[in-house]
Amino acid sequence: MSEERVFRLSATVEAELGPFLLRVSLEVGAEPLALVGPNGSGKTSLLLAILGLLKAERGRIALGNDVLFDRESGIDRPTEERHLAYLPQDFGLFPHLTAVENVAFALACGPGRMNKRQRRDQAMAWLDRFGLGSLAKRNPTQLSGGERQRIALARALASSPRALLLDEPTASLDAEARASVRAFLAESIRSLRLPTIVVTHDIMDVEALAGRVAVLDKGQVAAWGLLADLRKTPPTPFAGKLFSSSTSVGKDAIADSATDGQFRHN
Amino acid sequence: MVGLGGVLLLFLVLPFVALLLDGGPDSIVRGLGCALTWPALRLSLGTSLISVALVILGGTPLAWWLAHSRWRSARWLEILLQLPVVIPPAVGGIALLLAFGRRGLFGEALERLGWTPAFSSVAVVMAQVFVSAPFYMQAAVQAFGRLDRNLLAVGRSLGASPPRLFFQIALPLARPWLIGGAAMTWARALGEFGATLMFAGNMTGKTQTLPLAIYTALELDIHTAQALSLLLVAFAFALLLFLRRFNRTPEVARRTALP
Repeated sequence: MSEERVFRLSATVEAELGPFLLRVSLEVGAEPLALVGPNGSGKTSLLLAILGLLKAERGRIALGNDVLFDRESGIDRPTEERHLAYLPQDFGLFPHLTAVENVAFALACGPGRMNKRQRRDQAMAWLDRFGLGSLAKRNPTQLSGGERQRIALARALASSPRALLLDEPTASLDAEARASVRAFLAESIRSLRLPTIVVTHDIMDVEALAGRVAVLDKGQVAAWGLLADLRKTPPTPFAGKLFSSSTSVGKDAIADSATDGQFRHN
Repeated sequence: MVGLGGVLLLFLVLPFVALLLDGGPDSIVRGLGCALTWPALRLSLGTSLISVALVILGGTPLAWWLAHSRWRSARWLEILLQLPVVIPPAVGGIALLLAFGRRGLFGEALERLGWTPAFSSVAVVMAQVFVSAPFYMQAAVQAFGRLDRNLLAVGRSLGASPPRLFFQIALPLARPWLIGGAAMTWARALGEFGATLMFAGNMTGKTQTLPLAIYTALELDIHTAQALSLLLVAFAFALLLFLRRFNRTPEVARRTALP
């Protein structure tokens, strides 16, 4: 309904990746996109290209009308000016900073000039918003995987991003944390309404987090659509395996614990 | 096997025992009172600290670049930068002389600018930088190279400019290794002998550092040489203690080290 208020992230990327050519064109709006595919199919590389950390030979990346990269007109905005939040698989918290300092780091980079104290207060406010206030003074090593993921997300959002790029957000968590982090992410993504791309290996992530799915194979989009449709006719053997790895959506909703359902109905 | 190890251990330890005990404390105190001691100590401390500062100042950005360069020649450059470690210091001295000496390749151009570095205190620093820089460089390149790339990527995505990322993320995370490298560089600069002798000479108060003073003292009185040597051993030992102590504390460093 309010789709028009969300800037669409559109990316057409062509980049040499050693064994093959990454050649992808995709568009994401308010409905999150899951990017699935076997290891080495170019998923993370695509995220890095969108971020501007991997050099694309050809293509165009834009957020709404704001062009971040356009080979033809020579536009190539540096990563720090693209305002895209990136959460790598291991969350990327700075190990020498406490939780609150990690969030304050993102605030210090933003456009608004804040002094140290204001940044700290604001960072505390972000942590409180995510129910993480009690962890503010902890170092990342003193936090569980789930807590780290939440702090990483709080930090990413503190930088006022215009899109969200999640790389295997639940892969490095244990099964228990995975379910609750998944529910937490699902709710956050839903309420943020930012263009979101989730790279994942996990069918449960796809079901909980994404509206649409793109199947990547050797650097190309092999298929693209709703999960239910792709399930009926899997485009690649990998997709077939992945989509059948969980038997039905109904079962997952139960397995995903009550918290997930809670957020869905809120 | 154990016997062989014991022999080696004895061989390594006995010279230090002799250095410490031979002649007794009186002769050591007398040796320290020698006219060569204080000028050499002052010069050694001054030049070696300047050398370390110069190496850190130039070596840190160079190491950062080397660690992140995808340029193939960067790997060759890294090897080249290690060369001063494996060549005899005397060779380094000759090379410096041929480059910056009065008759050297660049010596004439320098002289026209009114600067003749050879056989001056500046030459002492140049020799020290030449032989000791690789120790810092190697540590720094490794430290920057093993930084988690994801952290740097995330930092950029959060809006941090490359300089900010360098000073607030890369430098603090690499610091334990940088300090270790700087300490090794300092030790090497303090002990520099061959290249200094060739390129700077052996002039009391001007180019005669502690190792050169030991060499000169040996011709006068072995106990003076012994006293000066003990001075250097004391420095080196303090440095080792500092490094051990320091390497135990940086928990963050060990946490971020890749396997």
